[in-house]
Amino acid sequence: MGETLRLEVRRYIPERGPEPFWQSYEVPVRREWMVLDAVNYVKDRLDGSLSHRWACRMGVCGSCGMMVNGEPCLTCATPVTGLLPGPARIEPLRGFPVIRDLVVDIEDFVSKLRRVKPWIVRRSPKPLSEGEHLQTPAELEEYAPFAMCINCLLCYAACPIVPLEPDFVGPAAIALAQRYNLDSRDEGARERMEVLSRSDGIWACTFVGECSVVCPKEVDPARAIQRYKVEAAMDWWRSVLLPWRGES
Amino acid sequence: MRGVGAVRGPIVHRERFPIFWWLGKLSYTRFIARELTSLAVVYTAGGLAALLWTLGRGEEAYRAFLEWLAAPAAVAFHALVLAAVVFHALTWFHLAPTALVVRLRGRKVPDGVVVAGHYAAWLLASVAAAWWLLGGRG
Repeated sequence: MGETLRLEVRRYIPERGPEPFWQSYEVPVRREWMVLDAVNYVKDRLDGSLSHRWACRMGVCGSCGMMVNGEPCLTCATPVTGLLPGPARIEPLRGFPVIRDLVVDIEDFVSKLRRVKPWIVRRSPKPLSEGEHLQTPAELEEYAPFAMCINCLLCYAACPIVPLEPDFVGPAAIALAQRYNLDSRDEGARERMEVLSRSDGIWACTFVGECSVVCPKEVDPARAIQRYKVEAAMDWWRSVLLPWRGES
Repeated sequence: MRGVGAVRGPIVHRERFPIFWWLGKLSYTRFIARELTSLAVVYTAGGLAALLWTLGRGEEAYRAFLEWLAAPAAVAFHALVLAAVVFHALTWFHLAPTALVVRLRGRKVPDGVVVAGHYAAWLLASVAAAWWLLGGRG
């Protein structure tokens, strides 16, 4: 047998007791393996009781996010060789309630995401007879970076404000709101601003910036949030200095 | 609703967030340093206001204030305050492009140029202030 790596996995089994515990597993190391392959090895060969989420294995579904040695990582995109000589600590994403082992409850995130209306909002739908909504490459470029979000929640796990301010809407939801605001086909910016200009929206962000560092898709949520703050501030000044202009 | 005693749904575990979370990672520590040095900015603004206030109270009060400022302990303390203010300002120079989208002839100005613009403006303001303070105004 070749090289091995010791994985120390944070486990939580509600039927066994209220406290999580560490469990160690020795897994083989293959050069082409990602961390997810090693965790799958534990599940398939060593301990079938281990629970974790995964699906696509190619950085698209965003379901295999975990804390690897304290850093939020997409385990299907993190080479296992980078953890040598080990041991490597695998934990559930920080800041989320843990349901079991490495599986976290994302219900709160989903409800926050729904609040920012991450879809194209139109005041009056364009009739089919008028054809499609055309968009120039420049208009596409405006929102494209923010459209790459896969809801992997690494940004939430990296953000210290998320556990400190549980009502904070959070980086991915705000980045996705901005993705639709910047879309030339969308008319829902005002509705989203009402949700995000509250204290649990953009103003809860203190600009730590780690959300953008850990994002596996280079979405840059920190940029989306700061741009949103500038827009909200401009909006406020406009309403104070030019009240007769009303709401646009 | 979830949690211990919930009628439906799993019993979840919520990890306690450590109070010294910001010591665990350099970027978090740098962030806290940036936030804490904002106190030095507030202190500097307050100090300038105090200077104007003593000026309004007459020559004697103003001179007493200047003497206090010239004391070695005050000089050392204010050197530290200056360092903190400079650190605070520089961190924001480097963060500015994240919030500021500058366009020239329809093209987005690169982040590095936005940062360089801030340094240039700082240099310009410092030169202008030095010129004025050192008697350049004639």
